[in-house]
Amino acid sequence: MGQITLNQITKSFGDVQVIPPLDLQIDDGEFVVFVGPSGCGKSTLLRLIAGLEDVSSGDITIDGKNATEVPPAKRGLAMVFQSYALYPHMSVRKNIAFPLRMAGIDKAAQDAKVAAAAKVLNLTDYLDRRPGQLSGGQRQRVAIGRAIVREPAAFLFDEPLSNLDAALRVNMRLEISELHQSLKTTMIYVTHDQVEAMTMADKIVVLQAGRIEQVGSPLELYHTPRNKFVAGFIGSPKMNFLTGSFADEFDAATIGVRPEHLTVSQSDGKWVGKVGVSEHLGSDTFLYVDMDGVDEPITVRSSGEIGFRHGDIVHLTPAPDKIHRFDNQDLRIA
Amino acid sequence: MARAVSTRRKALVTICAWAVGIAIFFPILWTVLTSFKTEAEAIASPPSFLFFDWTLENYSTVQERSDYFRHFSNSVIISFGSTLLGLLIAIPAAWSMAFVPGKRTKDVLMWMLSTKMLPPVGVLIPIYLLFRDTGLLDTRIGLVMVLTLINLPIIVWMLFTYFREIPGEILEAARMDGAELWSEIVYVLTPMAVPGIASTLLLNIILSWNEAFWTLNLTAVDAAPLTAFIASYSSPEGLFYAKLSAASTMAIAPILIIGWFSQKQLVRGLTFGAVK
Repeated sequence: MGQITLNQITKSFGDVQVIPPLDLQIDDGEFVVFVGPSGCGKSTLLRLIAGLEDVSSGDITIDGKNATEVPPAKRGLAMVFQSYALYPHMSVRKNIAFPLRMAGIDKAAQDAKVAAAAKVLNLTDYLDRRPGQLSGGQRQRVAIGRAIVREPAAFLFDEPLSNLDAALRVNMRLEISELHQSLKTTMIYVTHDQVEAMTMADKIVVLQAGRIEQVGSPLELYHTPRNKFVAGFIGSPKMNFLTGSFADEFDAATIGVRPEHLTVSQSDGKWVGKVGVSEHLGSDTFLYVDMDGVDEPITVRSSGEIGFRHGDIVHLTPAPDKIHRFDNQDLRIA
Repeated sequence: MARAVSTRRKALVTICAWAVGIAIFFPILWTVLTSFKTEAEAIASPPSFLFFDWTLENYSTVQERSDYFRHFSNSVIISFGSTLLGLLIAIPAAWSMAFVPGKRTKDVLMWMLSTKMLPPVGVLIPIYLLFRDTGLLDTRIGLVMVLTLINLPIIVWMLFTYFREIPGEILEAARMDGAELWSEIVYVLTPMAVPGIASTLLLNIILSWNEAFWTLNLTAVDAAPLTAFIASYSSPEGLFYAKLSAASTMAIAPILIIGWFSQKQLVRGLTFGAVK
């Protein structure tokens, strides 16, 4: 089980309220990602759930029981930290066994569980090493192993991949997703990387300044962002925003078009611009097009290789059903 | 060019360091040498440095006249006892100040240190009277208590500094792993702070071993440690330099040996966290 409900929780540090009243329901077995720019309160929210910070008001319920006043050790949750937070003076084996030892489980059962976790995480050969002798990826796996063995109600991940290099990050992302498939335990994952959010989550919670901007599946957020902030945050490269006469035509204060929903042509199209930078990745081509009356260059994503270069005049046409309209409050117009 | 300057600078620094080292060490060397002289040679002028009749006579006289081993065992009990008791109190105190600081933590730390600024003699009378009325005068337990209290601010400060170097996330991880406060301190914090705790321990043993004010004023016979043993050679019948030196040498030898063997640990502890 691992159902977590946040009911009107707030958090203040001194006079500063970092989390205004907030409600959230996390269902058993869900993979929930908290995503937002740095300082949006996503880590604080996770630490409130973990019990590492006390809520200023409101209730946290875990599996139907009020856990607001329960210390972290008793909440039955496991956490993987950004810095891995392994115990440097213990071997990998002892690190993974630590939660079991704290729970007073007998030695034989500890060994069996550690061996099983090590096998899943490919750590069997490293059990007698110290964390200092491991690579970043291995350390991360030890941290995950330490979380798995206690069979928690939910896993909490606090930006676990941000200390790894890009290639390893993709691998670990897959491993964590696979782990979720096989364990079917609730996972709450904090990241500022929207690609991680999109690829891993069942449900994404987009946060800004401690407020929930939108909750939904990755594709819901992609197709129907509730406001301009979510629209700009989800999706890579970022959505293009146009105002003024471009938006008036669609009866909106701002319109947004994703780079992949623009077609580019040499001869005719709706808007005209000049190619600034072009990035040729082979699989995709990104063009940054300067247009009169638009402050930032418009990003265009075309699959495959297209032959436009710096200085070329191009015509852009947005896919009519993929235009997002926002009012002057930056809210989506249905 | 830069290299030449740095070599000259290096030489200069080396010479200065040696000069300071010798200046500090010279009185100790002189004491040790004097302890092997006869009383007449000890006060001879000009003094002879190495060429005198070496004798062990002072050591045997000193051991005969006052029981070295009784004083020695008192010193051991008092210095180790007060340091261990101090650590027992200071570890939780430093833990709370390092990891759950309150609004007043800094003030408390400053206040604790400020007690070290008071001249001990200022509280000698009240403490003496307290000791007299509670029967603690000339007892080892009394000295253990008083030295614990005297050194506690230093122990807490040192541990506080070491604990602050330990990343908070590791302790949070322990909490998430189900460790209660006590397990967190015993299994995670203390092992990680061992270098710091060890150097605190050593430094405080040295400080308590050498502490003379309270040990001289609050003891007479039964609990008298080595400081009293030395002091007993500098009085009523006049000064006996050679015997006083022999007593001093016997008193500093044990702590010097401990210090010598643990110097690596001491230096490591004192520079803990300075270099990562």
